[in-house]
Amino acid sequence: MTHRPETNSAARPYTFSELMVAAAAREIRDGEVVFVGMRLPMLAFLVARRTHAPRAVGLFENGIIRETPSSELLYTMGDPANIHEATQCGSMLDVMGLLQQGRVNVGFLGAAEIDRFGNLSTTWGYRNNEMQRLPGSGGACDIACLARRTVVLLAHDRGRLSDRVGHITSPGFGTGGNWRRTHGLPPASGPSAVITTLGVLRFGHDGEAYLASVHPGISVEEVLANTGWTLRVADEMIETKPPAEAELRVMRELDPNHFWTR
Amino acid sequence: MTAESKLISMHDAIAQHVASGSMVLMGAQLEQMIPFAAGHELIRQGRRDLTLVGPISDILFDQLIGAACVSRVMAAWVGNVSAGVGYCYRRAVERNIPRRLEVVDYSNFTMALALQAGAMGVPFLPTYATLGSDLLKKNGNLREFASPVSEETLVAVRALRPDVAIVHVQRADAQGNSHLWGSLGVAADGARASRKLIIVAEEIVEPGVISSDPNRTLIPGFLVSAVVHEPGGAHPSPVQGYCGRDHAFFAEYHEQSRRLEDFEDWLSHWVLRVTDRRDYWEQLGAARTSALAVKEHAFSAPADFGY
Repeated sequence: MTHRPETNSAARPYTFSELMVAAAAREIRDGEVVFVGMRLPMLAFLVARRTHAPRAVGLFENGIIRETPSSELLYTMGDPANIHEATQCGSMLDVMGLLQQGRVNVGFLGAAEIDRFGNLSTTWGYRNNEMQRLPGSGGACDIACLARRTVVLLAHDRGRLSDRVGHITSPGFGTGGNWRRTHGLPPASGPSAVITTLGVLRFGHDGEAYLASVHPGISVEEVLANTGWTLRVADEMIETKPPAEAELRVMRELDPNHFWTR
Repeated sequence: MTAESKLISMHDAIAQHVASGSMVLMGAQLEQMIPFAAGHELIRQGRRDLTLVGPISDILFDQLIGAACVSRVMAAWVGNVSAGVGYCYRRAVERNIPRRLEVVDYSNFTMALALQAGAMGVPFLPTYATLGSDLLKKNGNLREFASPVSEETLVAVRALRPDVAIVHVQRADAQGNSHLWGSLGVAADGARASRKLIIVAEEIVEPGVISSDPNRTLIPGFLVSAVVHEPGGAHPSPVQGYCGRDHAFFAEYHEQSRRLEDFEDWLSHWVLRVTDRRDYWEQLGAARTSALAVKEHAFSAPADFGY
């Protein structure tokens, strides 16, 4: 079962999805080129643009390049609002070519499952005691292979964070060490952060994930108990910074009915 | 002298150009301009053993799979973009319902490269994408090779040449010279890669409209086999400047395809008992269709092609 911390308590005036969006937005530095995914990453890009990274550029796999946020909530990257006043509407190969050149600083991915080395599966997933066929890669494998940094967002539970994914749709650090180089992937690439409903994981030089911060009100023990392997923990544990007023304002303006940030 | 018009009905286009067993490219513009009207006609005419090719298809591939038209899917993503998984796809892959389905998993980039290789007439194109992934291990059309010009390993993506591509566009002339804009995806590469090409257009215009803005012509008419005038033929997917995305329809389909019996009702209601797109549009009802109309036009600045 997905571990869902209590949300919207009086002491915590934001949902955990909103916290995840704010944390994701902070992975974008000003002026960077971002391969934007759908759902929470889409909001994260818009929050970053409207707060600390006004010069960030968004690439979408259908060929769209945007420098201004769309004027309404998007359900898909092909929504008419994402095309209206875009900078460019090119082809998929145009933006994928830029990605392969190394011009994309950070790419966002959702995932059904992730393992200790940041490998992702969105092809098969184990749910309710059965193997389920999931939609597949889309552009996720391309982003995981080719973006300089990859940031992953997913709900935190033992089923989703497993020691080893059964199917590598999108490669992380493989089995660790030099794995990416050995397999011919670009030198400056790979997972950078995993933002979950409980905390933020980052990766050591050996490619293994460690717990870098816990969300407010979440204990390290709770994170470890909901992770499917013995998760390493940072020497100095910090708390994930809660969403700032300005960040929440943007999110709620763009997603007033909490379609994506329930 | 003007060439003969290629304008025919959707029924005739599918009857004449898409046989059972064909490899069919649809959904080239990702979430926009998905040729649902053509897909529904394939179902009504009982096509079998199709190979569907496309990056994603939102719910059109799911419907064709559920209607037992498909034996193989070559795609990067099959599901319901705003709602989640595709239940017909899951039933077919996990339980062979309504029939066994072979899946060849691509990533978006490798699918685009496969079509581009087909469009360029070369056997493959190279990439670093999919290195280290199980897509590379399991898809026989992705092969590792040593670069002949550098010290590195790349993936050769084998060219794909679909038998027919069905592409929905904003406007075309009667020869199939087509303007499309907005979400382009793999439309231009996919159209050139395919042996036959059916254009489905919101509007049929005079050839002079197309040649007034040749940079917007993504598909030249000499590649086109048939032109179908089918306004609203992409519903529930959007067409920039013509029709919005019917988000609720995707959510409803998600609920109504979860159980096999419900899907069969859905299919009967929206496809099998519908005669053509006009009938479908009437079934949608005026309240729904008027809500999808463009609320505020946003015309581009004209480009001066004078000299």
